[in-house]
Amino acid sequence: MKLPSFEFLRARSLAEAWALHSDAGGDAVYLSGGHSVVPSMALRLQAPSRLIDISQIAELHGVELQGDALRIGAMTRHAEVLANPLIARHAPLLSRAAPHVAHPAIRNRGTIGGNLALADPASEFPAAVLAMRAELEVMGPEGQRMIAADDFFLDLYETALIPGEVLTAIHVPLPPEGRMFGFDEIARRRGDYAMVGVAAQADLSDGVVSDASVTLFSVGVTPMRATAAQDALKGAPLSTDSIARAQAALATDLDPPDDPGFPAERRLQLARVLLGRVLTRMEAVQ
Amino acid sequence: MKVMLSTTVNGEQVQEAVLPRTSLADFLREDLGLTGTHLGCEMGACGACLVLMDGVPVHACLVLAVQAEGSTIETIEGLNETGAAADLQARFHDRNALQCGFCTNGMLMSAQALLEANPAPTRDEIRDALSGNYCRCTGYEAIVDAIDTTARDRAARTEAAK
Ligand SMILES: Cc1cc2nc3c(=O)[nH]c(=O)nc-3n(C[C@H](O)[C@H](O)[C@H](O)COP(=O)(O)OP(=O)(O)OC[C@H]3O[C@@H](n4cnc5c(N)ncnc54)[C@H](O)[C@@H]3O)c2cc1C
Ligand code: FES
Ligand code: FES
Repeated sequence: MKLPSFEFLRARSLAEAWALHSDAGGDAVYLSGGHSVVPSMALRLQAPSRLIDISQIAELHGVELQGDALRIGAMTRHAEVLANPLIARHAPLLSRAAPHVAHPAIRNRGTIGGNLALADPASEFPAAVLAMRAELEVMGPEGQRMIAADDFFLDLYETALIPGEVLTAIHVPLPPEGRMFGFDEIARRRGDYAMVGVAAQADLSDGVVSDASVTLFSVGVTPMRATAAQDALKGAPLSTDSIARAQAALATDLDPPDDPGFPAERRLQLARVLLGRVLTRMEAVQ
Repeated sequence: MKVMLSTTVNGEQVQEAVLPRTSLADFLREDLGLTGTHLGCEMGACGACLVLMDGVPVHACLVLAVQAEGSTIETIEGLNETGAAADLQARFHDRNALQCGFCTNGMLMSAQALLEANPAPTRDEIRDALSGNYCRCTGYEAIVDAIDTTARDRAARTEAAK
């Protein structure tokens, strides 16, 4: 379908973006890659009177080490997330998630900032930033805020962003030597949204899991941290036993929706199978 | 209100006033008469509208024409003119990798971009690169064959030229 009419304005700076946004009295939408905005307007799910193109704003670009974190600009496109060596080294869950995000042509346009700001519960990057305990750098007319990923995803397509604020970057804390990572999803077809997905990382100290971070996606209205599964892994070596305990603990962590054709029980079962696969692969390379 | 757009399409500088709601696909087809870029779903699912934007495939139905400001666009007409994909097109023909041809231009765009980035893809990699392209006629085996053979031909030609 064709898009409804709107006014198109390009912001050259954050200050200009905020001004154009407040000027429209709330009836404006920021445009990054446009690969969620454009189809949703074509489907008449939204019809803002103004689109503000923020893709040229310098602060949103670049991937660089800053102190003890990797700063990934919000405009970093999915294809760049997949190919960037700094991301592969310091934020490997993102590079592992990227091949599962849509198809190659969509990855050439979609941006990590747009993806996180949209907060689709079946999307891969939100779960990866949660598992990595990343912080989201957000800027608005009132100044800069850093929001922990754990506090960013509030509800279905709802984030902690205040209208008009721009997500400028993702800060991923640099991983210690030897951290293990795992990511996978079950989808109906390559490139489709996940039916269920897992992102996990774990640290070992003297052969015992000293820290574990496990998140699941496509199991509820937001990506979710599996705290009971995390606890089940801690304090023991990563083994068939501890993996089975983590799988069992998922019943405490998750309360998946009961969709017609995809009952909650089956989703929980798939989550268990997938978590087992991901942790077993981590165990094999430890 | 129309916005001035200047962009390069198939090597030619283009200056046109466009409505912001115009997709790049509609701009190419209706304003420039380049109808080789097909429209199927108009929501990013079928891949019939793929064009190369600054050298990489993108869905022309999901890019607003105004977003192409300052960029370089290449459509199937451009590939025809330069002959850059002539061998690939010949293999699609040989292998019966098309029936109605509606999907073919998008398939060629994906295939051309894949072979540029990865001259020796495995069949799995070819399938992965085509995951966003629907064909409702042929099934994908012949298409994968055509791309696979082109990769081998190109490698053999490069080797022979050494
Ligand atoms: C066919 C198809 C399949 C897809 N499959 C998947 C998939 O499997 N997994 C997946 O994760 N995604 C998938 N996507 C979505 C894709 O990843 C989107 O590109 C992405 O979610 C949105 O990124 P964008 O840069 O295109 O954002 P846009 O569409 O430009 O924006 C999305 C939303 O975020 C807001 N926004 C954008 N940037 C910012 C910012 N910096 N600060 C504040 N707000 C901002 C916009 O106002 C808008 O509300 C798919 C899309 C398509 C069309
Ligand atoms: S028409 Fe663009 S993907 Fe189908
Ligand atoms: S040949 Fe008809 S859709 Fe592919």
